[in-house]
Amino acid sequence: MEHRRNAGLETWLMYIFLIGSTIAVLYPIFMMLMSGFKTNAEIFGAPFSLPKSLNLDNYKTIWTTTDVPRYLLNSAIVTIISVALLLVTGTMAAYAISRYKFRGAIMVSMFFLAGLMLPLRLAIIPLFVQMKSMGLVDNLLGLIFIYTAMSLPSTVFILSGFLRALPGELEDSARVDGASELRIMVEIMVPLITPALVIAGIYNAVPIWNDFFFPLIFIQTPENRTLAQGLTTFFGEYSVNFGVLYAGLTLAALPIVVVFIIQSRRFIAGMTAGAIK
Amino acid sequence: MAKVELRGVNKQFGSVHVIKDINLTVEDHEFVVFVGPSGCGKSTLLRLIAGLEEITSGEIDIDGARVDHLAPARRGVAMVFQSYALYPHFTVAQNMGYALRVAKEDKAVIDRKVREAAEILQLTEYLDRKPKALSGGQRQRVAIGRAIVRDPKVFLFDEPLSNLDAKLRVQMRIELTRLHRELNATMIYVTHDQVEAMTMADKIVVLRDGRVEQIGAPLDLYNTPDNRFVAGFIGSPAMNFFAGRAESVSDAGVEVALEGGTRFTFPCETPGVKAGDVVEFGVRPEHFSIGGNGDGGSDGALKGEVYAVERLGGETYLYLNSGSYRDIVAHMSGDAPISIGDSVEIGFSLARSHLFGPDGQSIR
Ligand SMILES: Nc1ncnc2c1ncn2[C@@H]1O[C@H](COP(=O)(O)OP(=O)(O)OP(=O)(O)O)[C@@H](O)[C@H]1O
Ligand SMILES: [Mg+2]
Repeated sequence: MEHRRNAGLETWLMYIFLIGSTIAVLYPIFMMLMSGFKTNAEIFGAPFSLPKSLNLDNYKTIWTTTDVPRYLLNSAIVTIISVALLLVTGTMAAYAISRYKFRGAIMVSMFFLAGLMLPLRLAIIPLFVQMKSMGLVDNLLGLIFIYTAMSLPSTVFILSGFLRALPGELEDSARVDGASELRIMVEIMVPLITPALVIAGIYNAVPIWNDFFFPLIFIQTPENRTLAQGLTTFFGEYSVNFGVLYAGLTLAALPIVVVFIIQSRRFIAGMTAGAIK
Repeated sequence: MAKVELRGVNKQFGSVHVIKDINLTVEDHEFVVFVGPSGCGKSTLLRLIAGLEEITSGEIDIDGARVDHLAPARRGVAMVFQSYALYPHFTVAQNMGYALRVAKEDKAVIDRKVREAAEILQLTEYLDRKPKALSGGQRQRVAIGRAIVRDPKVFLFDEPLSNLDAKLRVQMRIELTRLHRELNATMIYVTHDQVEAMTMADKIVVLRDGRVEQIGAPLDLYNTPDNRFVAGFIGSPAMNFFAGRAESVSDAGVEVALEGGTRFTFPCETPGVKAGDVVEFGVRPEHFSIGGNGDGGSDGALKGEVYAVERLGGETYLYLNSGSYRDIVAHMSGDAPISIGDSVEIGFSLARSHLFGPDGQSIR
C-alpha cells in the first residue's frame, strides 16, 4: 500500500514536471500566436488576454504592405533546396563511407567528422573572399552552397550510422538479382533509412531556416533577404505596431512547426531506432 | 540447368588464405552439399561461385562457360541467404519479381512467373503482404521463391534452414528435396547440419580449413571415410577413436594393439604404416555390440564401465570409460537393461571398423 502510494506520487510529480515544462515552452509561442491577432491597443491594454476576435488585419498588412512574403519565399527556396541537396549528397557520401571498403575510407570519414567540430564561422573571411570570386555574394545560390556544405558533416554522421546497420546480405541479394550499385542504393538501401533522412532533414532545416549570420554577411540587396534577416528591418519599421510584429514572427515559425508535426512520427521513430530490437 | 566446375580456386582476404586450391565438379541436376566446421570457408566458397567475392586465382565454369570474371547476375545463379535477405519495403510479389523487373522483363511475364512460383510454394495468398507480416517459414519460402522465379542455372543455398525451429526444418528439408526433383535443378547447399547433409545430398563435399577433405555420396562418406577428419565429422553421434600401436604389418593386414591388451589384425591391402607407428582405430557408436547383443560381431572387445545412460525409448545411448579410453559412446536399439556402474563388454567387428595411420589417412 505504502509502495503504491509512493509510485503514485512519483508519477504525479513527473506529470507536474512535464506539464510545467510543456507550458513553459508553449506559452510564449501561444502568446505570439494570440498577439498576432490583436491590435496595438489590445496588446498594451490587456497584454495577457485572448484576442477579441480572430482579426487577420495584421496578416493583411504584412501581406500587402511589407516585403515579408518575399523574405518568406527566399527562405523557403534556400531551405528547401539546401536540404534537398544536402540529403542527396549526404546520402551518397554516407553510403560510400559505410557500405564500401576502399583506400582512404577512414580518411574521408575523418574529414567529415572534422567538419562537425570546426565552426565554419571562424573561416568567414576566406569564405567571403572565395564566394566573392565565384560571384556568389548577394546570391541565394551562395547561401544554398554554404548551408549544404555546413550541414553535410552532421548529415553524413547521422546517415552513415543508419546505413552501416543495414544487413550486408540485403545488398548481396540485390546484386545477385542483377541490380546496379546505384539501383541498390536508391531502391533497396535508402528507402530503409527514411527515418534517418527525416531526422537529418529536420535537424538541419531548422538552423538553416532560422539562420541570421550568413545572410547578414552575404546578402545585401533587400529582395534577396531571407526571413530571419528581413524581420530585423521589419522590426525597425514596425516597432510601433506590435500586432504586425507578432504576426510576422508567427509566419516565421509556422513552416518548421508544420513540417515537424507532419514528420514527427518518423522523426521519433528514427530517434529511437535501434533502442529496441 | 548446368554443370559447375571449380579448378584450382583460391581465395585470400589480404594475407588470410581462406579457400585453398579447390577442385570440384557439380554435375547437372545434382544436389551437392558443402559441410564442414564453422569457419572452414563454406560460405566463402558459395559466394565465390555466386560472384559476391572475387577469386584470387583459379577458374570457375558454369554450363561450360567461364564465369569467374562475370557479375553475379550474369552467371545465371540464384542465392538464398541464411537471413533470407528479403527486401523489407517490398511486398512478397515485388520481392519475388525484383530480379525480373531489374532485367526489364514484361510486366505480364513477371506476374505470371511470380504466380507460378507462389503456387509451387503455397504463397499465393501472401503475395500482397510485406515480409514482416510473415512467419519464419513463410519468409524462407519467399526467399526460395525469389530464386525460383529467375529460373537460374544453379541454385545456391547458404544454411537456409538454420533460423527455423526443429519441426519446420524437417518440413522444409522435405520440401526442398521435392523442389529439387520438380525443378530438376542443379543445387549447391551449405549446412553444418549432419542430417540435412546426409538426407538431401546426392554428393557431399566435406571441407576443412579451406580445403576439400573428401567428396562422395553420403553413404560412401559414412562407410568409407578417406581420413580421420571425415570419419569424425560424418555421423552423429561421432565415431569413437582408440589410439593404438601397429605391432606388425603383413600381407594379412596390420596387427593392432590397443591399450588393455586387446589385439587384432586389421585386414588391408595398402597399409601405409610400419610396425611401431601410432594408429587410431575407429568404431561408430551404432557398430558396437554390447554384452554380446547387437550386430557388432566379436572380432575384438574392450571392457567398459558405464557412467551414463540415455534412454530415448526406441534406442539407448551408453557412455563408457575403458581404461584411458574415455567417453566412448555406444548405441543400442530398444531399451537396454543396463544401468550406471555396470561393467560391460563392448565388441566390434573389423568389417565395420576403421583404421587411420599417423597422418590421419584411412588404412584400407
Ligand atoms: N571479408 C572477409 N575478410 C576477412 N576474412 C574473412 C572474410 N570473410 C570470411 N573471412 C574468413 O574466412 C573464413 C571462412 O569464413 P566463412 O564465412 O566462409 O566460414 P563458414 O564455413 O561459412 O562458417 P559458418 O559455418 O560459421 O558459417 C573465416 O575464418 C572468416 O573469418
Ligand atoms: Mg557460413
